[in-house]
Amino acid sequence: MSRSRTEGLLPPGDYYLSGNEAAAEGALAVGCDFYAGYPITPSSEIMERMAWRLPEVGGTFVQMEDEIGSLCAVIGAAWAGAKAMTATSGPGFSLMMEPLGYAVMTETPLVIMDVQRAGPCTGQATRVGAGDIMQARWGAHGDYQIIALSPWSVQEMFDMAVQAFNLAERFRVPVVLLAEEAVGHLRERITLPSEVTVIQRDRDKTRPPFGSEEPDGVPPMPAFGDGADLLVTGSTHDEWGFRKTEDPEVQRRLVTRLSRKILDHRAEICSVETYCMEDAQVMVVAYGFTARSALHAVRHLRGEGLEVGMMRLRTLWPFPEEAVARMGEGRARVLVPEMNLGQIQGEVQKAVDCPVEAYHQVNGEVIPPSVLLKWIRERSL
Amino acid sequence: MSRDMNAYLREEIQRTPFCPGCGHGILMGVLLRAIDEMALPMERVLFVSGIGCAAWIPSPHFKADTLHTIHGRAVAFATGAKLYNPELITLVVSGDGDLSSIGGNHLIHAARRDLDMTVLCANNMIYGMTGGQVASTTPEGAETTTTPGGNPERPFDLCRLVAAAGARYVARYGVVQPLLLKRAIQKGIRTRGFAFIEVLSPCPTQFGRRNRLRDPAETMKSLKARLISQRQAKSLTESERASRIVYGEFASEDSDDLEGRGRDA
Ligand code: SF4
Repeated sequence: MSRSRTEGLLPPGDYYLSGNEAAAEGALAVGCDFYAGYPITPSSEIMERMAWRLPEVGGTFVQMEDEIGSLCAVIGAAWAGAKAMTATSGPGFSLMMEPLGYAVMTETPLVIMDVQRAGPCTGQATRVGAGDIMQARWGAHGDYQIIALSPWSVQEMFDMAVQAFNLAERFRVPVVLLAEEAVGHLRERITLPSEVTVIQRDRDKTRPPFGSEEPDGVPPMPAFGDGADLLVTGSTHDEWGFRKTEDPEVQRRLVTRLSRKILDHRAEICSVETYCMEDAQVMVVAYGFTARSALHAVRHLRGEGLEVGMMRLRTLWPFPEEAVARMGEGRARVLVPEMNLGQIQGEVQKAVDCPVEAYHQVNGEVIPPSVLLKWIRERSL
Repeated sequence: MSRDMNAYLREEIQRTPFCPGCGHGILMGVLLRAIDEMALPMERVLFVSGIGCAAWIPSPHFKADTLHTIHGRAVAFATGAKLYNPELITLVVSGDGDLSSIGGNHLIHAARRDLDMTVLCANNMIYGMTGGQVASTTPEGAETTTTPGGNPERPFDLCRLVAAAGARYVARYGVVQPLLLKRAIQKGIRTRGFAFIEVLSPCPTQFGRRNRLRDPAETMKSLKARLISQRQAKSLTESERASRIVYGEFASEDSDDLEGRGRDA
């Protein structure tokens, strides 16, 4: 299904927007109609835009008393039928971990935009970091899978906001748009399409809403008020939602399905891009803003005649292991620059046989192309 | 639960999970009778609860949409659902620890926002499910597993707290006053705006047995003896009032008639 970009949405064409503004517009374009959030730098522009834009498209906006309540309200709205989202940054993302686990357990589609700043703790609120990668994957307790996307441009803040909602609806899972401050506050040209693809959850109420019989592991999800007498709980539950807190088989089946419905669809979910990879001896694996600097360096080094290429990870979770393994085969070495002390590096190493070297920068600034140019050149000669 | 309320229960439900003598079973019955008399359209009724014994009153028993959430956040979940679909008749049913200790912030903010929902707080003055630890509602001096020498802290007056935060309707009754309680629940549901009803619901298992109220019948009798009206309270000195619990309405306005929430609405 696709949705024409009408009724209160920006007309198609070229715009000059910040990443945060573009993310809000992407959410609106795909039909987001509920926002609950709490102010936090550097994500607040998303909330501020939603505060005036949502009423224009007939949606609902509320500023909550904290980030825990924000995500809880998002989940409540999602079960009332909303395409719901919140946006935050490190400290707020930390507070959201318990309701995030609830959303995973109850298979609630929703989108969290985490515009990462330099942590830990309050850290440097206005500076950049990519320190929440593992938190997005493992932050809540228990075993689960989640989807996280990594945008590198203002255009992708829009495109991935659309994609995030579609993946959330398709798989009934929270999706994290793992942006970085540098992309959130970046201003550049963006082209808004005349149509975007829109996926809607199946609201069939005749089949169990937490069933395991669905061929792809994703059951239908009616809304409150649909007359489905929904029984929603974060406790271990059977296919109709009845608590089964002492049944080992129900626990095993549920936890396994929650993971499998994501892992079995990695080919459908995961997305990467490759640049200059023909006969490259050295493969740079980068994501987010860092990939911009890395690509600049790689193109320059190709001009110098060095056999170096790049893979950009658009999906971080589930990790695009297969693509990295396939592309990494036969290379002399893989280089992973990150704005953290090495979070994706280990995942890359698991996927490839050759040595992996990492460049870590945690000074609250983006890694400049000149730094990566030198670092990659030294490892490509 | 008497047979005539069976229509409101899921077919799979054979019994409640509450201890013998627990007040929550009475509250459950009173709530369903209140709803039955109002002839609420059940497909539009949403029950939201948190974590704890009282959170099990609606979930999984009631045959309606039920959202059993995480500890302390029921009101925040309800806020999202109600704001998105204002047609939902939203009832939060949870315990004192859940709503006022870990969840106190959401409670006062929902009252301030004046969301059109009714919050029933089953107050057993203790953490029952986790084994009888002190709560923000435990009376001074009461013995719990975490206050072996008696509770050194003062309890919240939940009604004053929520009324001060701006709730439209605030009332307190015990499960030993089922008719008054039923009327208050109905008034709360009819109130256009935030309604809060504190329901004193004794816990013989965790509170009673540590505080010389082991026998459920004794627990109920003692609660009944301690309850006094606001008018009675006025004629008592502060020290005489200290051991009593004042029941009644502490905020009330803006109720419309029963029809407004009935099947025709
Ligand atoms: S522990 Fe107390 S509150 Fe919980 S069910 Fe038993 S008597 Fe009721």
